Amino acid sequence: MSETLLEVDDISLFRGQRCLFVGLGFTLSAGQVLQLVGDNGSGKTSLLRALCTLLPVETGSLAWRGKTLPTGRDDYLTELCYSGHADSIKLDLTARENLAFYAALGSRREGSISERISQVIEQVGLTRQADLPCRMLSAGQRRRVTLSRLLIRDAALWLLDEPLTALDVRGRTLVSELIARHVSAGGAVIFTTHQPLELPGVTVEVLDLNDRVSDETWDDYVEAQV
Amino acid sequence: MIDAFKAVLSRDLRLALRRRGDWVNPLVFFVIVVTLFPLGIGPDTELLRQIAPGIIWVGALLATLLASETLFRSDYDDGSLEQLVLSGQPLSVLVLAKVAAHWLITGMPLLLLSPLMAIVLQLQLQSVPALMASLLLGTLTLSLVAAIGAALTVGLRKGGVLLALLVLPLFIPVLIFGSSSVLAAEGGFPIQAHLSLLGALFLLALALAPMAIAASLRIIYQ
Repeated sequence: MSETLLEVDDISLFRGQRCLFVGLGFTLSAGQVLQLVGDNGSGKTSLLRALCTLLPVETGSLAWRGKTLPTGRDDYLTELCYSGHADSIKLDLTARENLAFYAALGSRREGSISERISQVIEQVGLTRQADLPCRMLSAGQRRRVTLSRLLIRDAALWLLDEPLTALDVRGRTLVSELIARHVSAGGAVIFTTHQPLELPGVTVEVLDLNDRVSDETWDDYVEAQV
Repeated sequence: MIDAFKAVLSRDLRLALRRRGDWVNPLVFFVIVVTLFPLGIGPDTELLRQIAPGIIWVGALLATLLASETLFRSDYDDGSLEQLVLSGQPLSVLVLAKVAAHWLITGMPLLLLSPLMAIVLQLQLQSVPALMASLLLGTLTLSLVAAIGAALTVGLRKGGVLLALLVLPLFIPVLIFGSSSVLAAEGGFPIQAHLSLLGALFLLALALAPMAIAASLRIIYQ
């Protein structure tokens, strides 16, 4: 039995009055891949943002490696890499400079950073563009820079919100390779996508947020608790 | 932690070199505001000399306010800011690096330009050291305080006016001690007391502002 990484117990999420879901729970072990599915507005992004502690959950708890958050929040964050809708890269810096910044901000890997950055840039297929300002790259190439952040950070848990946006066919293959390699090395991934992503040799569990839509409002919820 | 501090500092300085508008605009603003006064008041050098400390200080204060609006804006827009929040590094250290870079980009040029402004406004040469010392401590404090407001308003589309309303009242003590230290120097009085108070305000801001900025940044994402 592989190690349990993330335990999500009975969490509820509200945005203003609107309830996204109540009583959601699951566990994620090393080597597991979880896909969040649901219509637009069903709360996929909000759930991912709650999982990386950007959004507060109204009830329930998150636990990382057996420790309930917020205890050990910083440890959790260093083992986590979140890739959201925004590319999170500076357009005035080159791909290499962007990665060097993120490496300094928290790479757990030992050894020469610049060598590692060159390696990663080659892996995502940006060798020729590595020293151009990211402003000159296409949307898909910028997305590749964002993806290389995952490799630089070397985190155990990847939270990917629409990682395939703007990527071409080769880019999509790259993402599935990265995910496959990550889970075979004992990592875990939670992702959302509206495009088909084939992950050969990887078991993908599916969490459908459509089933959980609730008409409860925040006021109802508070009333029920009293 | 120190690596992360250095990384944020050097990234922001590098970005400022490539995107000149961020630091040139507040500086030009400062020069224009200060030079508008002699044009408006007329060639009365005695009057100018009397109000010069106040003019330079208000100019510096408004320039700092103007510059601070962009402090977190681009990081917020491109998503880098949430990566800073999620880096697992102490956020107050990272924001301190951002404020330090921001001061080097906007506060320092203003400080270096202030002797020229002093000459424009007929200040005596003996008050220039007092002006620069008070501006050094003062603009550092102002940058730290303005950063709290910038962090709170970064999520708003039209945060500029709100930022001014939030932050300008907090600038008042710095303005009072800053301009009075230059006035004291003009009159030939000792300025140690004024500078000590400015130093105390700076240390207070240095101790508390990074925590307040970090807390504000966590709030805006909720």
